[in-house]
Amino acid sequence: MDFVHKFQLMDVAGINRALSRVASEIVERNRGIEGLMIVGIRRRGVPLAERIADKIAELEGSRPPVGTLDITLYRDDLSTVDIKPVVQGTELPDKVEGCTIVLVDDVLYTGRTIRAALDELMDFGRPRRVQLAVLVDRGHRELPIHADYVGEKISTKQSEIVKVMLEGYDDVEQVVVVETPKQ
Amino acid sequence: MALHRKNLLGIRELSIDEILTILDTAEAFKEISRRPIKKVPTLRGRTVINLFFESSTRTRTSFEIAAKRLSADTINISVSTSSVTKGETLLDTARNLEAMVPDAIVIRHSSAGAPHQLATICKTSVINAGDGANEHPTQALLDALTIRNHKGRIEGLQIAIIGDISHSRVARSNLHLLTKLGAQVRVAGPATLIPPSFDKIAEGSSGSVVTTTSIDEAIDGADVLLMLRVQLEREASAFFPSLREYSYFYGLTAKRLQKAKKDVIVIHPGPVNRGVEIASDVVDGPYSLIYEQVTNGVAVRMAVLYLLMGGSQSEAVREVNR
Repeated sequence: MDFVHKFQLMDVAGINRALSRVASEIVERNRGIEGLMIVGIRRRGVPLAERIADKIAELEGSRPPVGTLDITLYRDDLSTVDIKPVVQGTELPDKVEGCTIVLVDDVLYTGRTIRAALDELMDFGRPRRVQLAVLVDRGHRELPIHADYVGEKISTKQSEIVKVMLEGYDDVEQVVVVETPKQ
Repeated sequence: MALHRKNLLGIRELSIDEILTILDTAEAFKEISRRPIKKVPTLRGRTVINLFFESSTRTRTSFEIAAKRLSADTINISVSTSSVTKGETLLDTARNLEAMVPDAIVIRHSSAGAPHQLATICKTSVINAGDGANEHPTQALLDALTIRNHKGRIEGLQIAIIGDISHSRVARSNLHLLTKLGAQVRVAGPATLIPPSFDKIAEGSSGSVVTTTSIDEAIDGADVLLMLRVQLEREASAFFPSLREYSYFYGLTAKRLQKAKKDVIVIHPGPVNRGVEIASDVVDGPYSLIYEQVTNGVAVRMAVLYLLMGGSQSEAVREVNR
């Protein structure tokens, strides 16, 4: 399907600045990196988590462990989608008991992905605290979930799509808002 | 990525893409069995019936554990305690089970084609867990997963399948799978236990099959040895003079193993007849991956259940694709 390009929300520098700010807010709020684990949600949450951890390392001189979460098996819409998503697996570097976990995702929308991620995380144990960092919060929540760290907050129409494109995954690094063409 | 079919009846009808989809999904599922809580909610509310007309330890337990780790409910029916002993036919049993609206029936039967027949009358997904001497698809898939884990590939490998070939559904499923993925397969066993025209299985694939009656020829330079059980319950012993002679000519011993590649791996679908097709010290030796196969079996069956049942049920039914 072709999308109608609407506008660019963030460019390379914008994404970089947002991640730097999120990294320093994480360190500030948690008073350092003691017991901290950064966990990216597949797919685009994973490189974002790595980059936030790199920036925390620059600030604090040591890098928090980074994990990845594949929430496919915890989705609430599997029975309504025809194509089964590829399961790529979850990797957590350490036990979650007693940790402060910062979940990282690219876009916060309905909140259902985060619900699934929380359920999966709890199956690994009892973290001390879970926080949420997202690059873009676009509204339209369907569950009582909010982000602790937000790169950019915008209001969108439900027909719009926020596309996060990252180096290593896409041709150009940017965040754009596109819309599905009207029928 | 999806498996666009309702049933898994055999490897023969699967495309290379479908085989790789199952193997890649299984690879991702291995991690779930190492978690502190070995369960994910993806098949919650689905029901899997294990209908076994033949005895089984590994396969039945493996399917049950796989379903449970995906949160499906499982029911096991073994024939000795079912109405089959009162004379109910297979199809009547199936119709009655289907009236209770399960989502998948896993069937093992001594007659080749029993799962296929079931699939024609059932809207439920049917998974073949072994039908006579025809196919045992999940066994071949777990063998392939084990080989791929250790060798990094299937293509171009020299793989020997040794033993009672004619009674073996494991051999048939593996021959289809390994040749589709481009392996060079050598099939060895007593002349009375090698079906004619077996080398034709490789036709149209990138692999090849050669048959021989010499185990040493099959082992020479092999990357993988797949040993088959002598199926005493199918009167395999009528095809050779004695078990002792079979073991002497076709048993895998540590000495024979030396002719294979240095990093050879030995796999066996179980149950093992120690000292018949394989010596005890080889079973417990450093080249044997027999228990790893069992671990991989759970991941493969989780992948199959997920791919057949994970999507919408109506879609699966619409795409009746046997």
